[in-house]
Amino acid sequence: MQRTRARAWLYVVLTILLLIVMTPFLWMVLGSLKSQAELLQVPPTWLPENPSLDNFTRLFDRLSFGRYFFNSTFVAVCVTAGNLLFCSMLGYALAHLSFPGKKIIFGAVMGTLMIPGLVVFIPQFVLVVNLGLADTLAALILPFLVGPFGVFLMRQFFLGLPRDLLEAGRIDGASELGIFFRIFLPLAGPAMATLGILTFLASWNNFLWPLVVAATERTYTLPVALALVSTGQNQTDYGLLLAGACVVVLPILLVFLFFQRFFIEGIASTGIK
Amino acid sequence: MAASAPAAAGAPRKPRSRSVTRRNASEARAGLLLATPFLLLFAVFTVWPVLQSMFMSFTDTRITDIRTPFAVNFVAFDNYAQALSDPVFRRAALNTAIFVVVGVPLTMAAGLAAAVALDKGITRFRSVFRMGFYTPVVTSIVAVAVVWRFLLEPDRGLVNNVLAWVGLDGPNWLGDTRTSLLSLIVMAVWRNFGTSMIIFLAGLQAVPWSLHEAAMLDGASPWRRFLNVTLPILRPTLLFVMVTTTIGYLQFFEEPFVMTQGGPLNSTLSASMYTYQQFGFGNYGLAGAMAYLTFLVIVVVTIIQFRITRES
Repeated sequence: MQRTRARAWLYVVLTILLLIVMTPFLWMVLGSLKSQAELLQVPPTWLPENPSLDNFTRLFDRLSFGRYFFNSTFVAVCVTAGNLLFCSMLGYALAHLSFPGKKIIFGAVMGTLMIPGLVVFIPQFVLVVNLGLADTLAALILPFLVGPFGVFLMRQFFLGLPRDLLEAGRIDGASELGIFFRIFLPLAGPAMATLGILTFLASWNNFLWPLVVAATERTYTLPVALALVSTGQNQTDYGLLLAGACVVVLPILLVFLFFQRFFIEGIASTGIK
Repeated sequence: MAASAPAAAGAPRKPRSRSVTRRNASEARAGLLLATPFLLLFAVFTVWPVLQSMFMSFTDTRITDIRTPFAVNFVAFDNYAQALSDPVFRRAALNTAIFVVVGVPLTMAAGLAAAVALDKGITRFRSVFRMGFYTPVVTSIVAVAVVWRFLLEPDRGLVNNVLAWVGLDGPNWLGDTRTSLLSLIVMAVWRNFGTSMIIFLAGLQAVPWSLHEAAMLDGASPWRRFLNVTLPILRPTLLFVMVTTTIGYLQFFEEPFVMTQGGPLNSTLSASMYTYQQFGFGNYGLAGAMAYLTFLVIVVVTIIQFRITRES
């Protein structure tokens, strides 16, 4: 009896907390459907009086958010593909093959996990400028094509697969690369899903680097465009801003909802965001 | 190489050892081949920048040297000395310290409370709560900033209107030096506690239910069981969350960058934010030194945290 009551209270508290946590998102979606006049009302309204998609139309017609949406997606897909392929290749080699320099490579890659982003930021910028890549999508992709986190995750996963698979492949006469691509890689689905989602998410939300490197509308990504709109001449156009926030947030929320099982499991197993 | 040793041992075993040699050689070749694409990109875009920024921090590199990054003057520790004696940088370091000291425990406490409630307290809708609490983690800080700035507005903002219902007069959260940093800390806790919750949830799986049952037979209250059963087993997880959250918070950057630009009156300026501003001013050498100072603090703080938690 006492336990059921305690549990009921816990549900109440958790629901209130959930509402508080979700309020900014609710506010964002509801606000994006309101007119400027309604958004300026004091006290604010909750539900839009005359819901309209006008803010979204302006976003895509006047501000070419379609282009930025494409850029964000293209960059995120390339970065994700690169991480999946290259990190799993090195992760497998570190887990199951012996080759010269292996220990040094592992140490060096893991060592960079602790280095703050700002340490590499300026030289990366100098490098991209000197390679003639400033203001290109390539400059938004190349520095993020591989990363230590992916190697760590894939190595841990491949260590968990039995080495007998390798021996069996060799006895069957498969080549070393064939063993990786045809035996080990197809088994790595769950780890690849985790790495893929986390990488896609990080790339989609990446903000500072593209803000500095993307100089013209051709290369803007969604967060860059939204940041510039929110500090530019439209900064008091709240409806436009909230609609922009929706366009940045909602696609990734859908991806998250769809893949949340991998998300949660993957993060829990590696312990790193 | 080690592979050549068995090949030299005795004639009868020769055929087999030759195949072992060949296999080891092809294994090493495959390993290097698989490592090469990663290592090339990693060397160019990570290792090289790490070394170059260390070099830069000991020179007077400015934006005008961008095409000739090595035709610069060596200035030894001048940049480091300049950073440490700069009152604005000190203020930024203090703000960052406050953010870490207040923000890390709050984030961990919120994450742990949510994890414990979801793990043992409730049975239904667990995944709904889990997902809801994790949602802020996956959303873009730029979008979050747009919404939060709106919510925190002094007159039109939802927060102050809610406070007005209960008769309270809310401050100008982001515009007042007394509440600006606090607002950003609350926002950071909101945005990050989901991560620690997920890791704590995984850690709680390691707490065997039989221990709880034994403690219950001894008449231990839920609170006592939490202190004496759950927490000790959760120690490695606590350490891990503390270290990773601290490393993240020491680089406190995005919140002030998108919410306040460090203002008002530098009350939310963080060390990383100021470093970035120096980059913006073209002082690459100085910015490099500041970035390395942050790195140094991260290393020292991490070592201290490992020491303390191992001893006690």
